[in-house]
Amino acid sequence: MTHRREALLALLFALAVLAAAFAVPWLRFVLTLALAKGIAALGVMLLLRAGQVSFGHAMFVAFAAYAVAFLAGQVGEALLLLPLAILLAALLGLVIGLFVARYREIFFGMLNLALSMVFYSLLEKFYSITHGTDGMRVPAVTWAGMATERVGGEWAVLVAALVLAIGFALLARLYLASPLGEALQGIKTREARLEFMGLPPRRVLLVAYVLSAAMAGTAGALIALTTRHVTPLMGYWTASGELVFIVILGGAGGVLGPFLGAIAYELVRVYAAASVADAWQLILGAVLLAVILFARGGLFSLLRGRRA
Amino acid sequence: MKPILQAQGLRLAFGGVKAADGIDLDVGEGEFLAIIGPNGAGKTTFINMCTGWLKPQSGRILWRGEDIAGLPPRRITQRGIARSFQLPQLFTEHTVLRNLALAIAAREGAFSLLRPLLRPGWTKEAMEILRGFGLESLADTRADALNEGSRKLADIAMAVALKPRLLLMDEPTSGVAASEKLGIVETLARVLRETGVSAVFVEHDMEVVSRFADRVAVWSQGRIVANGPPEAVLADPEVRREVIGIEDAHAAP
Repeated sequence: MTHRREALLALLFALAVLAAAFAVPWLRFVLTLALAKGIAALGVMLLLRAGQVSFGHAMFVAFAAYAVAFLAGQVGEALLLLPLAILLAALLGLVIGLFVARYREIFFGMLNLALSMVFYSLLEKFYSITHGTDGMRVPAVTWAGMATERVGGEWAVLVAALVLAIGFALLARLYLASPLGEALQGIKTREARLEFMGLPPRRVLLVAYVLSAAMAGTAGALIALTTRHVTPLMGYWTASGELVFIVILGGAGGVLGPFLGAIAYELVRVYAAASVADAWQLILGAVLLAVILFARGGLFSLLRGRRA
Repeated sequence: MKPILQAQGLRLAFGGVKAADGIDLDVGEGEFLAIIGPNGAGKTTFINMCTGWLKPQSGRILWRGEDIAGLPPRRITQRGIARSFQLPQLFTEHTVLRNLALAIAAREGAFSLLRPLLRPGWTKEAMEILRGFGLESLADTRADALNEGSRKLADIAMAVALKPRLLLMDEPTSGVAASEKLGIVETLARVLRETGVSAVFVEHDMEVVSRFADRVAVWSQGRIVANGPPEAVLADPEVRREVIGIEDAHAAP
C-alpha cells in the first residue's frame, strides 16, 4: 500500500471515530477503550514482527493504570500524568526486556506470561496498598488546567487517545522502516546472520520491547483515565491474550491493523454482549476462526485488497 | 608477507572426531588462501572457530596480535572479519536490496529509530555491490524466491558489504552454475584485490583454486597435510590421490 493511501485510510478512520462518537454518545467510552487497546496491540505487533508473541503485555497496561491511580492525587493534570505513566511503563519494559529479550518463541511467550501473573498476584494480595480485587478509584483530573464535567471529560480522553494513536502509528511506521525495525524481521528469519553482521539481536529486540511496553503503558493510562477505576484484572493473562487476539484479527501487515482489530473487537463485543448475552465469546471466536481461515493478514489485508 | 591472522595449535574434537588436531595456519595481509580437503575434514570448523561460532578447546587465534578465540561473533565482525556460508544465510522475508542494506547498516552501527533503512546513500552502495555480483536485476526480489546460485552470491555480497579486512568463505562456488563460476570468482577477486582484503576460502573446484589462490592448505582429518603455492601442492601425487581423488596412474594414457 502506498504511503498516501495509508495516510488517507488513517484520516478516514479518525474521522469515522469522531463522527461515531458524536452521533452515538455511549460509543465514546467504547471507542476510547478500543483506541487504547489498539495502541497496546500495536506494541504487541512490533514483537510479532520478530516472530515473538508476548502473552504478558497486559502487565504494562495494568502497571501504567495503577501508576495513574496512585499519582492522580498528587499530579492532578492529565497532560502530565499521561507522559509520566508512559515513561514509567517504558522503564519497567527496559528492566524486564533486558531479561526476556534473551529468550525466543515459547520461552519468550511463557516468561512474559509468568511475569505478568506475578504482577497480577502482587496487585491482588497487597490489599493494604492496592485494595486487592476491589481495585482503586482514580480521582478526577484536569485537562490542560481545566476541570471537566462528565461529557467534557469523555471527549478529552477520546481526543487524547486518538492523538496518541495517530502519533504511535506514525512512530511505529518510521521505526519499522528503519534499520532496527527492519532487523526485527531478521530475528524471525535468520537471527544468526545478525550476529555475524555485528548487530546484536538482543539489542534489536530490546528496543522493540521497550517501545511495546511504552505503548501498552499508554493504553493503561488512557483506560484508567476513562474508566476512573483500576483493578488487577487489567493485568490478568486473558487481557494479554486479548491483545494478541486483536493483532491477529486486525492484521500485522501494517500499523493500521491493530486499530482496525481493536475497533472490530470492541464493537463485536459490545453488540454481541447486548444481543446474545452469554454467547459473545463464541461470536468472537468464530470471527477469529474466519480471519485465520480466509484472511491470514487480518482485516487490514482485506482493506488493502490482497492477502498478506 | 605479514600475517594478519595466525592460528596456533587449534584443537577441537566433536566426540571422538578430531576436526582440528593442532592446527597452525597463517593468513597474510592481502593473501588469498584456499583450504581444500575431503568432506568432514574440519574445514568449516576452522571458519567457525575464526568467526566466534565455535570456541577451540585449546590454541590461540591471533588477529593482528590479539587473541580472538572464543569472542562472540559480533565482536569478531566488528574487528573486521566477515564470513559467508556454505548454506546461504539470508533474511528470507526481505528483498535482496534490503538484505544488503541491512549489512551496510550493521557496518555503520546504525541504531537510528526514525531514519529509513533505504536511505539514498546506502541504497546506492548496495546497488553497486549487487551490480558487481550481477544481481542488480534481482534487487527487489524476496530472498526466498532466489535460485540457489543467486542466493549464494547474495550471501557473499552481504559479507563483502561489511567491508571486512578478512573474508572467510565456505564453499563460495558450490551451487553456482559451472558456466558462471569463474566469472563470479573473477569479479569477487577483483573487488577484494582492489581493497587489499585478505580471503580464506574452502573450495572443491580445483580450477578455481589454481587460478585464484596464492596459497593452498590441505586439510585432512583435523590436520594440515600440505601447505604451499597451488602449483606445487596440486601437483603432489599424494594430495592428488588422497584429497582430490585423482589416481595419476589411471589418468595416464
